Amino acid sequence: MRFRDHRIAGAILELVERYRAEGADEIVFYDIAASPGGRTVERLWVHCVAQTLDIPFCVAGGIRSLADAEEVLYAGAEKISINSPALENPMLIDVLARRFGSQCIVVGIDSQRTPAGHQAWQFSGDPKRARSSGRSVSEWVREVQNRGAGEIVLNCMGNDGVRAGYDIEHLRHIRSLCRVPLIASGGAGTLTHFRDVFIHAEVDGALAASVFHSGELSIPDLKDYLQSSGIPVRPSVPEAA
Amino acid sequence: MSEVTIIDSGGANLASLEIAFRRLGATTQITDSPQEVTRARRVVLPGVGAATPCMKRLYRSGLAALLPTLAQPVLGVCLGMQLFYQYSEEGPTSCLGLLPQTVRGLAPAPGRPIPHMGWNTLHHLQSDPLLEGVREGEYVYFVHSYGAPVSTFTIATAQYGLPLSAVVRRNNFWGTQFHPERSGSTGVQILKNFLRL
Repeated sequence: MRFRDHRIAGAILELVERYRAEGADEIVFYDIAASPGGRTVERLWVHCVAQTLDIPFCVAGGIRSLADAEEVLYAGAEKISINSPALENPMLIDVLARRFGSQCIVVGIDSQRTPAGHQAWQFSGDPKRARSSGRSVSEWVREVQNRGAGEIVLNCMGNDGVRAGYDIEHLRHIRSLCRVPLIASGGAGTLTHFRDVFIHAEVDGALAASVFHSGELSIPDLKDYLQSSGIPVRPSVPEAA
Repeated sequence: MSEVTIIDSGGANLASLEIAFRRLGATTQITDSPQEVTRARRVVLPGVGAATPCMKRLYRSGLAALLPTLAQPVLGVCLGMQLFYQYSEEGPTSCLGLLPQTVRGLAPAPGRPIPHMGWNTLHHLQSDPLLEGVREGEYVYFVHSYGAPVSTFTIATAQYGLPLSAVVRRNNFWGTQFHPERSGSTGVQILKNFLRL
């Protein structure tokens, strides 16, 4: 769903178990209302998920300080993803990367197409507070890498939740600026959308939520399809190559 | 006595390693005490972050001198494995010197972003108790910007541009460049194997 229509996606831990069993390669937990609401993700929740999962697990939502990050990582998350707090205080990226290493610092960027080009959006989780940070996405992508981000998740807001496909053109442009892993987000609706974003935008990963939550696409089907399209993926059920 | 003693190297993956071993029913402790480590049944040297602060920490606790003398099974994970080497370009810093080579920075290239972060396949597996039940081409989860060259101590490789040491062994010291605690069922198999050593 678009950010303006948040849906509760069922019992989260059950979903986590299901995705793990189906062969998800990484699970990202977004508490997207955390930053606008001035709170941090629930630690206990992170801890419970960490008990269940033996695949990478990233937590996003209102991580504003070294202490916030420490709590989430020590509760068992593999990576933390920061978005609005990084736009408010870019030095946070440097501080976190120095302390924990770039590999666990993901910067999420909500990219909105505007007459002035693509701009990085802030507080996207709250329709009343969502606004442009005034930064161009291209500039911000360069800056966060220089500050030590180890991965970028680019969420194309116009495409998010509408299932009309990833914004290939924009992602391809950002790919050309991005020397760290780039994950596409926003727009996945069909199997071909995933194939196209890997082939044409050369992203390192594709993130999707609603198509999996709703059961419209299954991870094993998606992986079989990608494999048969010549895109190397980790099989849903481990097997020798 | 705990079945697994995890060295507190200050990194952020302590919790996930501990949880992974506990999920397998093992008792664990996290410590940086040389006495505890000496007495340990098995030792895990984790590491996330940079080589220099990690080595500094090991020197401060007295573990830098102790670790190479251990006779029980030791598993280095990610940076923990890199610290087994003579020297790391990351810093640079000298390391524990159990393995003679130098750990070098991975070179970025189009289509090959750094860090090497994600699932990649294992190749050239040697017969080894740590790799029991693990097959050629299985996927494991990597996150690293520095890597160790393939050598006579390599018991599995991975390809990221150049071939890298994915698993190494020298006597009672095993190291994995990837994170078995985050590598799904293949990782679980490796951790189970470690608990049998």
